[in-house]
Amino acid sequence: MKLNRRTLLASGATAATLAVLGVPVRAQDAPLKVGFIYVGPVGDGGWTFQHDQGRLAAQEHFGDAIETIFQESVPEGADAERAITQMVLSGCQLIFTTSFGFMDPTANVAAQFPDVKFEHATGYKTAPNLATYDARFYEGRAVIGTIAGRMTQTNKIGYIGSFPIPEVIQGINSSFIHARKVNPDVEMVVIWAYTWFDPAKEADAAKAMIEQGVDVILQHTDSTAPQAAAQEAGNVFTFGQASDMAAFKPTPRISSIIDNWGPYYIQRIQAALDGTWESQSFWGGIGEGEVLIGEITEAVPAEVKAEAEALAAAIGDKSYHPFTGPLNRQDGTPWLAEGQVATDEELKGLNFYVEGITGEIPA
Amino acid sequence: MIILEKRPNPSRAWALATPVLAVLATMIVGGLLFAMLGKDPVLTIRTIFWDPLFGPFGSYTRPQLLIKAGPLILIATGLSFGFRAGIWNIGAEGQYILGALTGAAAGLALYPSESRLIFPLMVAAGALGGMAWALIPALLKVRFGTNEILVSLMLVYVATNLLAYAALGPLQNPEGMGFPGSRNLSQWPSSANLELLTGTGLHWGVVAAGVAVVGAYVLLARHAFGFAVRLAGQAPRAAAFAGVSPSRLVLACMAISGGLAGLAGVFEVTGPAGQIGIDFGVGYGFTAIIVAFLGRLHPLGILLAGLLMALTYIGGEMAQTQLGLPGAAVQLFQGMLLFFLLAMDVLTQFRLRWKGASPVIVATAKPVEGAR
Repeated sequence: MKLNRRTLLASGATAATLAVLGVPVRAQDAPLKVGFIYVGPVGDGGWTFQHDQGRLAAQEHFGDAIETIFQESVPEGADAERAITQMVLSGCQLIFTTSFGFMDPTANVAAQFPDVKFEHATGYKTAPNLATYDARFYEGRAVIGTIAGRMTQTNKIGYIGSFPIPEVIQGINSSFIHARKVNPDVEMVVIWAYTWFDPAKEADAAKAMIEQGVDVILQHTDSTAPQAAAQEAGNVFTFGQASDMAAFKPTPRISSIIDNWGPYYIQRIQAALDGTWESQSFWGGIGEGEVLIGEITEAVPAEVKAEAEALAAAIGDKSYHPFTGPLNRQDGTPWLAEGQVATDEELKGLNFYVEGITGEIPA
Repeated sequence: MIILEKRPNPSRAWALATPVLAVLATMIVGGLLFAMLGKDPVLTIRTIFWDPLFGPFGSYTRPQLLIKAGPLILIATGLSFGFRAGIWNIGAEGQYILGALTGAAAGLALYPSESRLIFPLMVAAGALGGMAWALIPALLKVRFGTNEILVSLMLVYVATNLLAYAALGPLQNPEGMGFPGSRNLSQWPSSANLELLTGTGLHWGVVAAGVAVVGAYVLLARHAFGFAVRLAGQAPRAAAFAGVSPSRLVLACMAISGGLAGLAGVFEVTGPAGQIGIDFGVGYGFTAIIVAFLGRLHPLGILLAGLLMALTYIGGEMAQTQLGLPGAAVQLFQGMLLFFLLAMDVLTQFRLRWKGASPVIVATAKPVEGAR
């Protein structure tokens, strides 16, 4: 588009115009302004809390060289696009949008402001100024799945699913595969809560599982309600999710899978400061420090603890991939041959259970 | 003990002044709250109420006000009929969601064909979907005497689950990598509800809100239906004698409010929101209840109240990003607005009296319109 006074007036005050007129250019020594869009409140103790911990880690690392701002509880949809645009207008040069539902709004705003850098968590749309990042939570699930398989007395472990999306299905498959590996008799009960955070629903799911004889519960939802339900029932073990949930140590919480975004945020902000930032699709796991295994408590026998730690180390140095064949799909058809490893593309679109899991993925 | 005594002649001037006073009281108490949070109260209030209109990025935020206010005004206008007649549709949020679902489904059934008729079809489907959802509590009330407050509210939760089902099932984007959510309707030319004039924020939903306000004004002031609505609210027995059928009134009021909420849903899903997602319902249906009462259940009042509410949303977001105000403080601030309005309503209709201070016979406090 030819930009002169006339076309500017003709296009009115669209964002494209603002991109030319309104966005302040960073002075040489002014701090880099970095924005974060959160889907929940920073006090949720889970997903958003961990992203905010990452922001704080970056702020502490860079000190006066950067300024960070955030907006919490941003609904996914129309409001997100406005919130992101307002961050651009207020001078942010790098913006992290931290929930899947922000994908289209982020892509729309990124298209309007080619000089601003965007990073969208857990999505799949990229552009020259739009990168994506995600964590290989399934690596952590393999470790806690191993502990679960060893710890269960009833040979029934439970998994509270949030939504039937590839990330969660990866987690269910990964924990089941590794529980079975150490305990061939183990069975898995999956309950879909259709929420990321709802203490009442999560407690109901946990109680229903306990009534069915489940004695180890894994969760893909962020509240501590399942931990509380397990504590009440006694003799039921759980794992912290997203954050450490250390308040429930040493039992029922016997370990945890922690989202650790700080290293990634520091690395990317550094790249933006150095002028070396480039669009990419980053998917880090235990090896990159993005997924941490929280303290394994004394309720877990030492040999099980050692086994779990060895597995985490092998995943971390990439000598072992949690999805290594031979693996069959739930219906018995072969998926991965002996020694074959699942590709990232396969995992990112994963929509089936592996052999041995009962029940259907709702669709 | 304090007793509420009904004023024989509530002041009309006070009734008109209370919305303004409620806004002022909210500013004062909200300012105190912000001061306690360590923020400059004047700057914060200024950021919320002034900057979205006349701040440095006003040319971006002013159109956003219309986008945010459009669905609020549309839904609140529909609700005001029932609220005037004493018919309490609390479930506009569910009707809004159903409108979006049926509208999107009608469009997506024809994807990817291109036709100018698709968008009008979706709008009609959305209005009918919202209307049908509202007629469930209406019919149950008329036929079995159920409470429409409870039934319409409960149906919101049913609608939320239908939304999750649709986003993960029948309406899921087949090219969406298994993630929940439909195709993006604002990126499909046949269904896109884009800005009609660039840079104004004016989309079909905002136009519909304007038409609804004018229509409601005419209907209430000049039409027999408007008379029946007002009469039923003020004097139900007189309305019965005047030949107003309570059942038909319930059905009509619920159908209007559901239809307009459904319209708001379909305009939102084809425009600003763009797609059916699990979190599509962001509470417009509930906020519209505040807007309806803040606007005194009058079409013009609702227009102003909707814009004011949109202002607190957008200004509240600006206060979050620019001043670091917590999101919960902004929500508290908005809640205060309704609280002060209702409190002042009570005081214009009733006076406070200490029990025992006067031997005068105390009228039993009946809930006033607007305070239920």
